[in-house]
Amino acid sequence: MPDDPHSEAEPLAREAWQLGRTHRKVDAMERMRGITRYTDDLKLPGMLHGKIKRSPHPHARIVSIDTSRAEAMAGVHAVVTGQDFPIPYGIIPWTPDENALAVDKALHVGDGIAAVAAVDEDTAIEALDAIDVVYEILPAFFDPEEALAADVTINPYARKGNLSKKVELEFGDVEGGLQDAHLVIEGEYFFEGTTHAAIEPHCAVAHVERGGSAGEDGLLTVWSATQVSHYLHRELAKVLELPAHRIRVIQPPLGGAFGGKSEPFDLEFCVAKLAMKTGRPVKILYTREEVFYSHRGRHPMRMKYRTGFREDGTITAVDARTVLDGGAYSSFGLVTTYYSGQLLCSPYAFPAYRFHSRRAYTNKPACGPKRGHGSVQPRFAIEVQLDKAAVALGLDPIELRRRNDMGAGAQTVNEFRIGSNGFLECLRRVEESSGWVEKRRTLPYGRGLGVAGSTYISGTNYPIYPNAMPQAAVQICLDRSGRARVFSGANDIGQGSNTMLAVIVGEELGLPLEDVRVLSADTDLCPVDLGAYSSRITLMVGNACLQAAQALRRKVRGAVAKRWEIPARRVTLMQRKAIDIEDPDRHVDIAQAFQWAEEDHGLLGEVGSYNTPKDRHGDYRGGTIGASPAYSFTAHVAEVEVDDETGVVDVKTIWVAHDCGRALSRRIVEGQMEGSAYMGFAEAIMEQHIVDPGHRGVHSAPSLLDYRIPTFVDTPELRALIVEAPDEQGPYGAKEAGEGPLHPSIPAIANAIYDAVGVRMDELPFTPPRVLAALERRRAMEAAGELAPHKAADGRIG
Amino acid sequence: MSSPSPAVLLSLRINGEPVQVAVQPHHTLLEVLRYQLDLIGTKQGCDKGDCGACTVQIDGEPQLSCLTLALHAEGRELTTVEGLAASRGGVHPLQDAFDRWDAAQCGFCTPGILMSAEALLRKHGEVTPAQVREALAGNLCRCTGYTKIIDAVVDASRRVVAEGDAKSAAEAAPRRRRAAE
Repeated sequence: MPDDPHSEAEPLAREAWQLGRTHRKVDAMERMRGITRYTDDLKLPGMLHGKIKRSPHPHARIVSIDTSRAEAMAGVHAVVTGQDFPIPYGIIPWTPDENALAVDKALHVGDGIAAVAAVDEDTAIEALDAIDVVYEILPAFFDPEEALAADVTINPYARKGNLSKKVELEFGDVEGGLQDAHLVIEGEYFFEGTTHAAIEPHCAVAHVERGGSAGEDGLLTVWSATQVSHYLHRELAKVLELPAHRIRVIQPPLGGAFGGKSEPFDLEFCVAKLAMKTGRPVKILYTREEVFYSHRGRHPMRMKYRTGFREDGTITAVDARTVLDGGAYSSFGLVTTYYSGQLLCSPYAFPAYRFHSRRAYTNKPACGPKRGHGSVQPRFAIEVQLDKAAVALGLDPIELRRRNDMGAGAQTVNEFRIGSNGFLECLRRVEESSGWVEKRRTLPYGRGLGVAGSTYISGTNYPIYPNAMPQAAVQICLDRSGRARVFSGANDIGQGSNTMLAVIVGEELGLPLEDVRVLSADTDLCPVDLGAYSSRITLMVGNACLQAAQALRRKVRGAVAKRWEIPARRVTLMQRKAIDIEDPDRHVDIAQAFQWAEEDHGLLGEVGSYNTPKDRHGDYRGGTIGASPAYSFTAHVAEVEVDDETGVVDVKTIWVAHDCGRALSRRIVEGQMEGSAYMGFAEAIMEQHIVDPGHRGVHSAPSLLDYRIPTFVDTPELRALIVEAPDEQGPYGAKEAGEGPLHPSIPAIANAIYDAVGVRMDELPFTPPRVLAALERRRAMEAAGELAPHKAADGRIG
Repeated sequence: MSSPSPAVLLSLRINGEPVQVAVQPHHTLLEVLRYQLDLIGTKQGCDKGDCGACTVQIDGEPQLSCLTLALHAEGRELTTVEGLAASRGGVHPLQDAFDRWDAAQCGFCTPGILMSAEALLRKHGEVTPAQVREALAGNLCRCTGYTKIIDAVVDASRRVVAEGDAKSAAEAAPRRRRAAE
């Protein structure tokens, strides 16, 4: 290469200085020292406390609300009702079917009816009791099929009775594929809903600053424990009828979300309206019970599957019929209904696929997105179907999955373009680490191993509201002290996205992470970002950040090269220095390098944006929903011990291999994998979010003790195995890691239970009564001579 | 306005300092810590004793501050997460280990876990993963799957023991010299 002083080409194998290492997160230590201010830690002068009165009925017309007694109470500053919020909203712009507080009807137990602001929480609670509501009880529906058949429309904005959404899509010749199959497995599966149960309850604070540049109308600031500050900003503007520039949304550090804070909730509208009415700051903190009733968690789904197989185990066709129990509102339901079918066409190749999904309104807290949105439930069904086929065909279930692998660069039957694909490597890693071959041969009756695989999106190809602007944008400023500030609208919800951005900036600009300050999720300070959902941040925000950081890197290297009179390609930035690669003894402090660059270019700031490629999906109706720039892949092996006297399933270990493209920060990726596997395990064994029809729609367990989430003692050993198949769409090849690794936990455990004791668990969760009932059914069949004892042939009966 | 009973003066020590505060007799220790004394490091996850996020130490024992009436702490020695590192120059070995292991994701449960873990280490020195699981079973975490927390506590326990050994060796050294003389 000629010594071109303007050459910017980097050495091919640049040494990674931050990438792929382990890091102390940029914001962890202050959390551990109790310094970080989460939303409920905010305290403003004159702040009032709000509370929301909630419906005790699952379906009731509001005949009258009398707030006069409450308003007359000492210490009560304001009361609002549904009449204060006539404009409906919805996170999906096509389905605005909820009001901040009920206008005419309460649609589920816990629906918000009125809200008060008072001097303290005790007074606010007393004031709720002084609001007199007269209800006319209406018939309530808790079963989606019954709701679909009913002539009573639950949601007043619904256009098709209680059918919230229907999707029917067919690709290839499904009936032909099933007819030609050597084996057709038919199964019916039921996934009871579950909820997020983040340890931080929802909380919001609002304040209106009047006068000053915002004029007498004021500037409304809403601090909220949200994972989608931009969408919250938009919906606040709509419902409050304020121009968006007069609203500022700030997401303080967040105490967990998992999809449970990914749309506006009643408290955000209520604190805003109450602050506007009273002129004082107002805070509302949900009780734990309110968190359960607000829900928006995983949909219950009843799924009927037919899967055809050739004798060699390859799939000929998949036919799925799914009913989703949506609860009282749409939430993300339009997307969930598509996802229940669209996200299942990888990692296995099949030539024909049909899915028919219907989502029903019921008189329950609305369902929405939970980690692995829409596809965790059908993934359970598909992977158990594969296991049943492996048994019927006498194939090793890992081998059957290998034979169906679609590989890198494939196109799915529903026309999504897959990029990099590490699925086979994931299978190999879990097979090897779990000791699969040896254990499957030798584990006695009562012990078993199961496998499952999955894929997931690294962000959705299109934003929630149609627009062609970037899906992610980042602004970076460098200063004369040798530090960087990153402004990003992305929501760090504990997954470590602020650290991810610092790693990219540190890598490109030679900085340690402590010299990178990330300011995020403040709609006044930061460029628009769509938020923390659909596992989009690493790929999308990471790409935007990389673009800006590389532009700054070019300026800094150029400025150093000019002063050293060498080509720019000889200059690298690392270890807080600019270094001459060919003469490493020549280096300057990074602060000096930044100052030289500022002399040459003026203030050092760059922006980066990212938008998705538009050529990676079909052009049929719905063909864009579920499409992503890149797909992650996962395989799990679970080892279980089943007590055949009690039905208790003890999950010993889950091996999790996940293809995240490239691990930008290894421990953070492992943490996402372990947390995902844990959450799937929890759904498999313990959790169910149910309201009780026998008690008129009251939640059966609205506390962390009764709902039961796994403790330290319950949780199995989790072994995270990072697989890296870099994808050209991701920053440095990175794909998602936050949601994909949840999917296979549940079917891997179901399949391990079968391996252990020979019973199929097609309904979740796998509680002792359910497992025991299945064991008893099997024993009856064995007694009748219809089945041989499980594992009898090889003499391993326990 | 709601003020059902007259406030009562509560005297106790928090993180080594004497504190006097007028409290409502029905208020919990958690409410007084967070909303009156601005010790926001102690978290409220459920307010009914299910999650452990509000764990503080009363006379060295981990307790749920949401289930403890503030007046119960009269005359007691209270330690919150803000006081965890008081004698250690800003960062306790547990906090450092949690940081290195990425054992805090959202960090909301972390202060409570640290308070339980510190008591465990003080009693048992170096601990095994099984001991950690048992001792922390009252603290729920929803992010991590617990794996990295267990790694961090075991790691910190080794360092605390090593520090203790070094300290007692340093204390013992002059005596040995004297004995040698």
